[in-house]
Amino acid sequence: MRIQGKNWKFPDDVDTDVIIPARYLMTTDENELAEHVMEDIDPEFAKKVEKGDIIVAGNNFGCGSSREHAPIAIKAAGVSCIIAKSYARIFYRNAINIGLPIVECPEAVDEAEEGDEFEIDTDEGWVRNTRTGKSYEAAPFPDYIKDIIAAGGLMEAVAKRVREQGRVSS
Amino acid sequence: MGLTMTEKILARAAGRDSVTPGEIVEVAVDLVMTNDITAPLSIREFKKTGLERVFDPQKVVMVPDHFVPAKDIKSAEQAKIMREFAHEQGTLYFEVGRAGIEHVVLPENGLTLPGQVIIGADSHSCTYGAFNAFSTGMGSTDIAAAMALGTTWVRVPPSIKYVYTGTLPDDIGGKDLILHTIGKVGVDGALSAAMEFTGPVIENLSVDDRIEMANMAIEAGAKTGIFPFDEKTREWMAQYGDKPYEPVFSDDDAEYKEIVEIDVTNLKPVVALPHLPSNTYPAEEITDMPIQQVVIGSCTNGRISDLREVAEIMKGHQVHPEVRCIVIPGSQEVAKQATREGLSDIFLDAGAIFSTSTCGPCLGGYMGVLAEGERCVSTTNRNFRGRMGHRNAEIILSGPRVAAASAIMGKVAAPNQIPVAVS
Repeated sequence: MRIQGKNWKFPDDVDTDVIIPARYLMTTDENELAEHVMEDIDPEFAKKVEKGDIIVAGNNFGCGSSREHAPIAIKAAGVSCIIAKSYARIFYRNAINIGLPIVECPEAVDEAEEGDEFEIDTDEGWVRNTRTGKSYEAAPFPDYIKDIIAAGGLMEAVAKRVREQGRVSS
Repeated sequence: MGLTMTEKILARAAGRDSVTPGEIVEVAVDLVMTNDITAPLSIREFKKTGLERVFDPQKVVMVPDHFVPAKDIKSAEQAKIMREFAHEQGTLYFEVGRAGIEHVVLPENGLTLPGQVIIGADSHSCTYGAFNAFSTGMGSTDIAAAMALGTTWVRVPPSIKYVYTGTLPDDIGGKDLILHTIGKVGVDGALSAAMEFTGPVIENLSVDDRIEMANMAIEAGAKTGIFPFDEKTREWMAQYGDKPYEPVFSDDDAEYKEIVEIDVTNLKPVVALPHLPSNTYPAEEITDMPIQQVVIGSCTNGRISDLREVAEIMKGHQVHPEVRCIVIPGSQEVAKQATREGLSDIFLDAGAIFSTSTCGPCLGGYMGVLAEGERCVSTTNRNFRGRMGHRNAEIILSGPRVAAASAIMGKVAAPNQIPVAVS
């Protein structure tokens, strides 16, 4: 997948409580969640973010709670991709499972200024800062995860498998 | 090459002789858990498979605990989705009044055993490492997949061994040990790794204290936090059921990514100041920091042993006039025991409230949400910005003793700073 967008830059250790505060977890409606995305780290973010924008962040992005509402809110707000130095592991799995593109690329993060436009190819595994013209290699996904992404998400992969097992008639 | 206990559990659950850190394996799960916040998403995703039944209803457990008894209509609707699905599927389910906080309730019911693989749609599902299980938190969709398949994928974590040495001071508990550890290694100091807690101090540590430590492994970014199985574990398990289990032991020549030695001899009761659990200081060094609220409870510190520690300090004292002190037992069983032992009377007489069991205030749900500018000492596990209410409120994490002392003093305080009670 090829993605292009301007970035909003965030620091290290952005936790899921600031991504989507628990006071909004009484719903699973993605649009409702998107209205409050990043509210406790940047109360204006939900208003500023435009469809296709990307998030650039430091280490341990998405630490804390297991709430899948966090990547759901980010995706529903129109964010097309996250580039971070590293991800908290539950957030990493959740993003892949719901089809929110994420890449790990510390150098690109270090050299990014907020507003820089990035081009990302998640299949080929590179990131390019269009302001500086510099390209970076992103950390590759393990094959197992590539298969989940190729299937269109985890539940699509699971649905296929239970059909093959004959547990559901196709 | 030998294996760590984490590797042994994962190898066994994958039907293999051994596994190597970094590889992805598919493992059979012994228990799959969700709660009232995460279950509705899991159920929605599960239904996408077209399956009518979960893989094994006796291995799927649903616990309403975050926003129940329902705090508003929306949370009532969420809990209802879970309740109806649980009843329709015949899964394990613990209703309000017979339940409490998931990580307190499941062990009490003998559902979390040594050597098992346990996953939950709650980040503190790493708690069961205290019993020598591989347990970890995942999101709702991963849990939905496990409800369908009875398996999940795990990237085998590297293990980091923490060796606790020295003499444990009397006023130091599991919460102090884990906060101190997180303060030392940072909130991503064990990112995606298995923390293996060992050493002479751990051998003498109660299982309740071990639970507090395993519970917060996630706050160091870990996948799981695991303890060796020993006589203390065996005795603890015997109290809560007689199901068979197979513990695991790390080999002497197991490989560790890192070995961290921590001497506890001079450790003082710890607090973590806003806004990260790694921002730790000795409580006695924090002078003149007034507070408006104290929360005692949660999956970290809501057990009877925690309430006993609080009662011991609170007895004969009054909660400071400018402080609201909220004591929340971790389960109905803990509430009953606290009442039998007279602990609840001590809290009530001191001017604290003793509520029904819930996660409520820990995540800013209800039962103690903070206003702008307020500060709270809490025995919960996260002090992230906005976690307990307004984004400009402050949470200070501590163990039960510091929380009790702070409630009495009206400011952050160590137990040894309280004047002698006048009874």
